[in-house]
Amino acid sequence: MNDFTVDKTTKMVTFSREFNADLSLVWDAYTKQEILDQWWAPKPWTSKTKFMDFVVGGRRFYAMVSPQGEEHWSVQTYTSITPKTNFKLLNAFADKDENPELPGSEWDLTFSEQNGKTTVRIRIYNESLVRLEQMLAMGFKEGTAMNLKNLEELLATLSQHK
Amino acid sequence: MRRDIFQAIADPTRRAILTLIAWQAMTPNALADHFNTTRQSVSKHLRILTECQLVKPQQQGREIYYSLEAEKLKEVDQWVDQFRKVWETRFNQLDDVLSTLKKQ
Repeated sequence: MNDFTVDKTTKMVTFSREFNADLSLVWDAYTKQEILDQWWAPKPWTSKTKFMDFVVGGRRFYAMVSPQGEEHWSVQTYTSITPKTNFKLLNAFADKDENPELPGSEWDLTFSEQNGKTTVRIRIYNESLVRLEQMLAMGFKEGTAMNLKNLEELLATLSQHK
Repeated sequence: MRRDIFQAIADPTRRAILTLIAWQAMTPNALADHFNTTRQSVSKHLRILTECQLVKPQQQGREIYYSLEAEKLKEVDQWVDQFRKVWETRFNQLDDVLSTLKKQ
C-alpha cells in the first residue's frame, strides 16, 4: 500500500494500491458481488453480500461474518459511477433489516491502468473518525484475540526459560 | 457526554499544547505564554484534553501542572495501524483472487 495518510483536520483517509492485472479485471473485482465476497473480509472473517445493485442510487447490503457466525451488516449506496474510472459510495453500518446508522462515511475510488497494472486510489471521508474505530472493532476483533493468544504463549515460553 | 478523542486532537492549538507538555509538565499560565491567546482559552482546551484523558492535571503547591497521558495517545496510533492492516489484508487477498481470475 502506498501514500497512506490520515488527515484528522479534513477527516480524510487516503491510500492507493497497485494490482498486477488489467483495469477491467480490477474494476470487476470491486463491482461484482461474487468476486467482492472472495476478498472483502480479512480472513478468518467472511463477506456475505445479500444483494448488490451496482447502479447510481443502487445498494449493496452485506455482512462481515465472524468465524463464530456473528454477522455485522453494512449498507453501501452508490452515489456516482463513471465506468472503469471512478465510483463513489456512502457506507454505513446497519442492522439486519437494512436500517443504516447514519451519517456513515463517503468513499471515493479511482482506477487507472499503466503497462498492464492497475492502481486504485481510495479516499474515505468520515464525519466522525471514531467510526473507523468501530470498523476495526468488528473487522479485527479476531485478529487481536489471536495476537493476545500468541503473546500468552510467548510469555509462557519465556517464563519456562527463566 | 463522552468526548471524542479525535475531535480533541483535530484542533491545532490542542495539538500544539500536547506537543509542548510532551516535553515537560506545564501550568496553564506557562502554556498561555506560548500562544497568542488568553489563559481562559488555554484552560478551555486543557479541560477538553483532560476529559479525553489525553492530559492529567496535578496540583503542586498553588499551581496545577498538566502532563501528557502517553498511553491514550498510543491508542490513537493503534487504530490507524489497525485500519491500515484491514486494508492491507484485503488487498493481499485481492492479489490472490486476481491471479486466479487471470488464469481462467
